[in-house]
Amino acid sequence: MKIAVVIRQVPDLIEPLEVDSTGKALDLSSAAFVLNESDDHALEQALLLKEKHGGSVTVLGIDFGDVDSSLYAAAAKGADQIIKLLWGDPNRTPPPQQAAPMYAEVLRPLGPDLVLVGVQAHDELDGVLPAELAVCLGWPYVGVVRGVQAANGKSLLVCKEFPGAVMAQFEVRLPAVLGILGAEQPPRYVPVSRIRAAMKTASIAEQQVAVPPEAVRVEVARLYPPAPTERAEMLTGSPEEVASRIAALLEEKGLLR
Amino acid sequence: MSASDILVLAETPRGNLSGMVAELLGAARSLATATGGQVIAVLLSNDGTPFVSGLQGADRIVLVNHPSLAEYSPLPFLAALQAVIQAQTPRAVLIGSTSIGWDIAPLLAARLNAPLALGCQQISIQDGQLAATCSLCGGKMLAEVRIQQAPAILMVLPGNFAPANTPGKAHLETFSPPVELSGGDSAGVVFRQWILPPPGDIDITTQTILVGVGRGIQQKENLEPIQQLAEILGGAVCASRPIVDQGWLPTTRQVGKSGMTVKPKLYLALGISGAPEHVEGMSGSDLIIAVNTDPKAPIFDIADYGVQMDLMDLVEPLTQAIQAKKAR
Repeated sequence: MKIAVVIRQVPDLIEPLEVDSTGKALDLSSAAFVLNESDDHALEQALLLKEKHGGSVTVLGIDFGDVDSSLYAAAAKGADQIIKLLWGDPNRTPPPQQAAPMYAEVLRPLGPDLVLVGVQAHDELDGVLPAELAVCLGWPYVGVVRGVQAANGKSLLVCKEFPGAVMAQFEVRLPAVLGILGAEQPPRYVPVSRIRAAMKTASIAEQQVAVPPEAVRVEVARLYPPAPTERAEMLTGSPEEVASRIAALLEEKGLLR
Repeated sequence: MSASDILVLAETPRGNLSGMVAELLGAARSLATATGGQVIAVLLSNDGTPFVSGLQGADRIVLVNHPSLAEYSPLPFLAALQAVIQAQTPRAVLIGSTSIGWDIAPLLAARLNAPLALGCQQISIQDGQLAATCSLCGGKMLAEVRIQQAPAILMVLPGNFAPANTPGKAHLETFSPPVELSGGDSAGVVFRQWILPPPGDIDITTQTILVGVGRGIQQKENLEPIQQLAEILGGAVCASRPIVDQGWLPTTRQVGKSGMTVKPKLYLALGISGAPEHVEGMSGSDLIIAVNTDPKAPIFDIADYGVQMDLMDLVEPLTQAIQAKKAR
């Protein structure tokens, strides 16, 4: 099976996020970037399918942030081909509606049987990339996927997550796009030494893509961090002091029995 | 039909009307009051009749009954809803931020070239324009957006809108989409079966005390002292999604949008940032105590008590303090 995986760089939520001078967008110059978590799971799911059924894994990412590192890490994990899409503006990421045709342009000649993308990137506001891509390619789509099995050469059995740890199983005709929430096992760890080795042995294929016009359908009037509601009463002191306060609180509320 | 109408997708996964529908109808009612339009509930099923009583907050209920809609499948549902929208030409379509919503809303927007807003917490009409406040970056940012183009597809976060309480005289009608729902493109994804979680694990929805762990625990080994703390408290350990994704706890312990909804007497949130997807599943807890190193973590917005501290510094003294109280 020929599998393609799309990976994105997103602001690291561990680091503080700032709003830029327009007041309408994140200040990307001050943000640190990491691989989008569900894209990491998409890559893991692709590698699991390859290990089980053979085939190849191609990983694509748009030129932004530290995408080179993510692509080399993908190669170190077992990706066969890594491709960087050059779209002329490495200082930002295109919104999903604009990005989807760019990915589709690269994917069509590759002819994958399956495209896996994380179901969500936390900085998406007005589009969901895997769904946009599926419509762009004219292929079937299921999102919130947490498990993929090859049924036969023409279809897959896909588990979609519902509340209460319930799964709906679907048969999905290939070629298809899946929005991955979680892989069947945690994304594999790859040591830095192997990533460094991949940087010497693997090469990133750079591909210029046509940039479709950006259709702004949702206008951002203001972006801001939510004001603290100050609902929580903060308990301060040493760990022992705080622990004692909490224990007293629980006793007072009849929760220690 | 009118471009001022507000349409609501009423989901019925596994044969149950989604708990979000009443909220969506409530949000739609306040919008429709501002636009002067009607609230239209759309129910896609093989037989929607049993769900009609739950949709009385609408002015009109549109039933699309078809064998291909007996169980959820993205493509027939999408084709049916798209046909309803094209017939009704609403101002906005409200869809829950649910597993089904995450398929249907973006696919619909892409197919219709319609505007889509994710994570809507507030929706209103301002100066004649549709306005929404949307949560992004795991709840660390809010975006106020304006949308001119109709229909706007709005994915609504649960827990933000009062349920509709309009007593019902909703007009019931059926609609036969002029599209193929069982073959062609709609056959690209076919529902096979529901897979229920394996029995055997504890049911966290019945626990009165839960110790929730998030990314802040950093490594699996740190679960052990937290499990001891939960045992001393007489409760159980549950988790946010990243912990389950790592395979450190089973899916039956996951709290949130794609996990369980819990309402314990005590929810001790350790190293949980408070992303909307997690909060959705535990905000109904009687008492929430949150421990996080980040003073701006959204979990402190819903917690009753907060501690800005590395959770692993607190777990052992807290276990000892509780043991001491219990021993008296």
